[in-house]
Amino acid sequence: MNIETKYHGTIELSDMAIVSFENGLPGFEHEKQFALLPIHDSPFTILQSVQNKDVAFVMIEPFSYFPTYEVELDDATCEQLNIQAENDVALYVILTVAEPFTNTTANLQAPIVINVHERIGKQVILTNTPYKTKHRLFPETVEAK
Amino acid sequence: MLVLTRKLKEAIQIGDDIEVVVLAIDGDQVKLGIRAPKHIDVHRKEIYLAIQQENNAASLASMTSLQQLSHRLKKGGEENER
Repeated sequence: MNIETKYHGTIELSDMAIVSFENGLPGFEHEKQFALLPIHDSPFTILQSVQNKDVAFVMIEPFSYFPTYEVELDDATCEQLNIQAENDVALYVILTVAEPFTNTTANLQAPIVINVHERIGKQVILTNTPYKTKHRLFPETVEAK
Repeated sequence: MLVLTRKLKEAIQIGDDIEVVVLAIDGDQVKLGIRAPKHIDVHRKEIYLAIQQENNAASLASMTSLQQLSHRLKKGGEENER
């Protein structure tokens, strides 16, 4: 099927490329099907709603930008996503791309967790975590911490 | 909104499988225990709202800023290889 996207124009998408988010994402509860679309020659993967062209999130794999970042998935999450082993999982964080772009932040408190084999995903809200919704990608531009 | 008064250790049953218990009361703080099936997500309201708000902000990225950011990240990666 063809879908319209925010960053990639109209693209053809196979059903196999669709990831289901049973409850949508907080703030986007009605968007339940997404495609993962890498942006060529960039570290970004776009989480694009299949139903709504304008709903798209810019994601990165966090571990090379936040080397100490750690996520422990609780039993409820593993059960919801039917996760059995670590290699079932792809994990991304959503960027809030700011202007100027040096103020861009990553939401480490609520990573996107995907069971790549079953193509089901969820934005997991971590509890009892030091991580927040805004971690700067370029902390060197902050004068005082 | 349904309003119920509960004492310490008393509980509220919601539907067949959700239970909310008052575990402790200390001044203006109330500690609640929540028993719910695993498919029900339970969050502190302000955290859920913060995530909603962040998602809304995150959905507004323009292609231009994205290109600038991509360019900067690639440049940064080449300059300081870890």
